[in-house]
Amino acid sequence: MIHADQSNSSETGNEFLAFTLGKEEYGIDILKVQEIRGYEAVTRIANAPEFIKGVVNLRGIIVPIVDMRIKFHLGEPTYDQFTVVIILNIGGRVMGMVVDSVSDVITLSPEQIKPAPEMGTAFNSDYLIGLGTLDERMLILVDIDKLMSSAEMGLIEKIAA
Amino acid sequence: MTIDMSQFFQVFFDETEELLAEMEKLLLGLDVAAPDPEDLNAIFRAAHSIKGGAATFGITDLTEVTHVLETLLDRIRKGETGLTPEHVDAFLTAKDILKMQLDGYRLHTDVNLEAVDRIRKTLDMLAHDGAASPAPAASAPAASKAATPARSDRCFRIELPVVPPRDVDALAAELGLLGDISRGLLEDRRAFFTLVTHEGQEDIVAICSFILDPKDLRITEVAVAQGDGIHQSIDERSNTEQRQGYGFFEPMHSQIADGTLEKERENAQGYGFFAPFVPLTIPVPHPDASADEHDGDGAAVAVPSKPDAVAVSKTPARRESDKPVASAESSSIRVGIEKVDQLINLVGELVITQAMIEQRTNALDPIEHERLLNSVNQLTRNTRDLQEAVMSIRMMPMDYVFSRFPRMVRDLAAKLGKKVDFVTQGAATELDKGLIERIVDPLTHLVRNSIDHGIEMPDVRKAAGKSESGRLSLSAEHQGGNIVIEVTDDGGGLHRDKILAKARQQGMTVADDLPDDDVWQLILAPGFSTAETVTDVSGRGVGMDVVKRNITTMGGVVDIRSSKGYGTTISISLPLTLAILDGMSIKVGEEIYILPLGYVVESLQPEEKDIKEISGQGKVLKVRGEYLTLIPLYQIFGIEPRFTNPSEGLVVILESDGKKAALFIDDLVGQQQVVVKNLESNYRKVVGISGATILGDGGVSLIIDVAALLRSSRQLNDETIFFKEAEK
Repeated sequence: MIHADQSNSSETGNEFLAFTLGKEEYGIDILKVQEIRGYEAVTRIANAPEFIKGVVNLRGIIVPIVDMRIKFHLGEPTYDQFTVVIILNIGGRVMGMVVDSVSDVITLSPEQIKPAPEMGTAFNSDYLIGLGTLDERMLILVDIDKLMSSAEMGLIEKIAA
Repeated sequence: MTIDMSQFFQVFFDETEELLAEMEKLLLGLDVAAPDPEDLNAIFRAAHSIKGGAATFGITDLTEVTHVLETLLDRIRKGETGLTPEHVDAFLTAKDILKMQLDGYRLHTDVNLEAVDRIRKTLDMLAHDGAASPAPAASAPAASKAATPARSDRCFRIELPVVPPRDVDALAAELGLLGDISRGLLEDRRAFFTLVTHEGQEDIVAICSFILDPKDLRITEVAVAQGDGIHQSIDERSNTEQRQGYGFFEPMHSQIADGTLEKERENAQGYGFFAPFVPLTIPVPHPDASADEHDGDGAAVAVPSKPDAVAVSKTPARRESDKPVASAESSSIRVGIEKVDQLINLVGELVITQAMIEQRTNALDPIEHERLLNSVNQLTRNTRDLQEAVMSIRMMPMDYVFSRFPRMVRDLAAKLGKKVDFVTQGAATELDKGLIERIVDPLTHLVRNSIDHGIEMPDVRKAAGKSESGRLSLSAEHQGGNIVIEVTDDGGGLHRDKILAKARQQGMTVADDLPDDDVWQLILAPGFSTAETVTDVSGRGVGMDVVKRNITTMGGVVDIRSSKGYGTTISISLPLTLAILDGMSIKVGEEIYILPLGYVVESLQPEEKDIKEISGQGKVLKVRGEYLTLIPLYQIFGIEPRFTNPSEGLVVILESDGKKAALFIDDLVGQQQVVVKNLESNYRKVVGISGATILGDGGVSLIIDVAALLRSSRQLNDETIFFKEAEK
């Protein structure tokens, strides 16, 4: 643990928020997470891709909500009082991400992060930092910055477009 | 110290820039034949303030130019020299030079030293041209003796009427510019000054008249107290030079010549910084001597090796004593724009909360809860007033933009050898600050274009039977929720054939029978210029497309009207503010959308017989003999509606840019003011949606982009085209 804390000063944080999508467990850099909320009714955006659920009012700002389960065909997109929205702050932009559940915050040392294989997850490996191992658990560590800014998500308008 | 100073520098830069703008505006408005003395005074005051500020900060080269400028202005102001067009030209050039110097300090841009030198010489020359026949200043009560610019020092005793101590301080500081001043109190609590100067009495009166009525002054000349006149005058001059040279770094007096007066002066100045008044650093030397002196000063300032302890400790005291002079007449405060925006956001939140309360109380029984409901009504009114007041902070008159054009038009017309009468209308029309700043560049471009391409040369105009000078007008007016800004010239108009030919040359496919409006829109395409020659004014083909793009990003529309031989009007229509709009909430299926009220003409329930199909593709609605395209909103946004038959639901007739259409919806919900939230700050632009807002219940509702909807209504029959079109 001490070792991990020391290496925190390196460019990416070593604390990850673990969440589940279907049966898979994922992790994202905790520093990108602004808050975690329950799912509430969204306002649908016309002609948006299916995985963009719509927008919600988060204390006066309009925040788009993305359902990762739909985007990556993981699990059943159900919405109940247990559905969780992780509010991310990426480069000043705020967005919400619907996941099945949030488990905990874990600390991983660089040795615990293994490079991701070329295939095997629903995510394009470009968006992966690696695979984190913690005892028996395996976390798919997602470069959420890159993923959310990608053209694939269509959340951010490219300047050229 | 550097950080501390830089903050004050910024204020100085801002103020100076404003003063320069003010000066230019006054100069342009000046009637050369019969100048308004008030205007001349105002110009003089502006120059004077700049000089004072520059001196405080030790920016000597700025002081030098303002000084010669001021000298000349002073002569004109007092009627010693008549005002000629050359003067105005010289003043305008001087203003540009000052701006350049200011930018040099602020933005570290290059300063053309030659130009600086040239304008100083020009002003100097102009100042002395008229000097041959100096007329005594009429305002001075006993001016006859004082009219000759005396070299030798004279001592005046000035008795002031009863004035606030602040004014006394200010006056003391101003008079300190002329020479040495000491002050005392008369028995009846009035203040008096003893001033040793080589300036005449009329200068004293002139300065005092900034603050008080000269009639209340009593000025008596007394014999110079001690020392031999010439010796003293030299001493003083050297001292003057020193003080000028180092700006606020006070030279070490102790090494300078002895003599009682000198010592006295040291007492008053060197250590007297803690005394209630402090003379400004730069006295007004005699014009004759100024040029030579200044050269020396410039060199002196280049050696800033004087930051001794004394100077540092003195600076704050001095600045404080200067402040009342500078800000005495300002009635406005400077507030950072982010504070205003924060205020606006907070009020926006308040409006939402208020709407929420209103919605909740609507369900209450009006008799049982009469008092509560009354209070809520009161709250509604107050909130609305507050919102309007806060919004108005961000609103600025169009004059802010318009005022920069007269100069540009004047210069440009002169350069091109054209004659242009420039008129503005509706300068008081207000527009959001954010928009007003972004409209400057497009407008500048349009005005330049009009002068360069629109208005013909005087001989051409004469041959065409028009007056020699062209007329260029810039107007702004409110139209519904929009502001319409128009640039109109009475020049040659656009050449339809030339534009079409050029379009073909550029590889566009255009039909010969294209409607005029569409032809004009071609000039807004990238890389399009029909000018035969490229001038440095316009014609490179960059520009109009940038204009259009800028306007479009502001949510505006560019419209061109032109008729050959009679001129061109380019009209820009912009939303007034991006922050708040009056909206009508409508319902389709389970979704609530907001329509900006400005576009809504009426709503009605159509009858079956008024709905006609056109070749099985789209429907039109006949409203009072007019056929309007029927736009089914559920189809565009892909919503499951309650009604698919227009005669069951409602239609809202919308109008934008002269185009009308009927929007088919399920139901009207209500009308309310909504705070526009940007969808793009966290998401992306959505086709057909201009923004979002938060409803009373905390939910989000999207605002429909009516203009875009109507623009594409022609292709609406085919949805895919609509979206492709809009996505461009």
